[in-house]
Amino acid sequence: MNDLSVHFEGVSKIYPHFTLDDVSLELPAGTIMGLIGANGAGKSTTIRILMGLVHQDRGRVLVLGREMPREQAAAKLDIGFVSEDMRLYGPATLAWHMNFVQSIYPKWDQPYAETLLRRFDLKPRQKIKGLSHGQRVKAALLLALARRPRLLVLDEPTTGLDPVARQEVLGELMAVLADEDRTILFSSHNTLDVEQISDQITFIDRGRIIASDNKEIFLDRWRRLRLVLSPEADVPSLPGVVEVGGSGRLPVLVTNRFDPAMVSACNDAGATVQAVDPMTLEEIFVANVHSRREKQIV
Amino acid sequence: MHSDLVISQTDGRPMYLQIMDQIRQRIAVGDWEQGKEIPSIRQLAVTLRVSVITVKRAYMELERDGIIVTQQGKGSIVAPNPRLGAKLYDEELAKHINRVAQLGELLGLTPKELASRVREAADRLTKEYS
Repeated sequence: MNDLSVHFEGVSKIYPHFTLDDVSLELPAGTIMGLIGANGAGKSTTIRILMGLVHQDRGRVLVLGREMPREQAAAKLDIGFVSEDMRLYGPATLAWHMNFVQSIYPKWDQPYAETLLRRFDLKPRQKIKGLSHGQRVKAALLLALARRPRLLVLDEPTTGLDPVARQEVLGELMAVLADEDRTILFSSHNTLDVEQISDQITFIDRGRIIASDNKEIFLDRWRRLRLVLSPEADVPSLPGVVEVGGSGRLPVLVTNRFDPAMVSACNDAGATVQAVDPMTLEEIFVANVHSRREKQIV
Repeated sequence: MHSDLVISQTDGRPMYLQIMDQIRQRIAVGDWEQGKEIPSIRQLAVTLRVSVITVKRAYMELERDGIIVTQQGKGSIVAPNPRLGAKLYDEELAKHINRVAQLGELLGLTPKELASRVREAADRLTKEYS
């Protein structure tokens, strides 16, 4: 029994203007992974390879124990996929779509579908073309969730949603996780959503994975230190410093290997630690991207 | 029953610390009784809409502090620990003492003067009760 729902090993895909380079990922069953990246970083390419929609040039992809893209038909019975460019059939109603999906997937759960209709405040008789963007996203999500898939893959599920709809969607995603055999992978550039509900976080930039870890580790190890140097002291050299800002006697350091012992080490070196700020995932992501890009240039 | 925990996005502290604090309070005021079952990690994560790993971390630290007990495959209970209340008050006391020390420094009091002020206060309290 393989308890990894998604497993990428050294996956590459070369396009004329973009390369997905040596991507390795492990997503254990029962967890949520948030894939964070700027626009064009490779999030959607990664997801398309995972779904077998794009074939990798190199590397191995296992999804729910199935080899992709070779066994994609079998794998997809248990994957629910919602993407931004999801095309529902405009002239038909939501009820028509529900019937259609139900006729294909034997695990369709009608009572759950009806619960979701109420929670998402959707009307089955409404035609898709009359729905707002937010309603369309929720409709697509309903169609995926009610199949009770073991793996949910969501490409930017909360983009363009109003705050109420966003919370409804996040709540429903968490409800899926109440069952510990279900797994969610979602991409987003909204780091707040990812910070709130993800267990695992993967940063992707320019086609490469630049960091992948559990969320608590990210939030624990990244700190911004604001220092006051005594006149003759230099900026102390600390482990894991990725960014030095501030000016003159008031430097600001960002480290990704924070340890409370650093504070006394700084004080000993003639640098008073004025503040140790925790960082949001967004700040961590931006600092991470900047430091990687600088290294690439050098 | 447990949806009354509130995670604040504007509270600067990490989410796991907020969860720990609120669970401690629930126990301190007796909402969550000693020896009683508390929500599973997954249940609480779903209700609070925060990641499983965050709640897991809060539970692990609470267990390390001896405030809850997690049994393999059985879920978690509030520790049947008679010193639980004392421990909570102890933490509260530590907070106030820190504050006293800060104020003392602000007023330029020496540790000795500070200590005698604390002693006076304690003496007054003893007199009131006797």
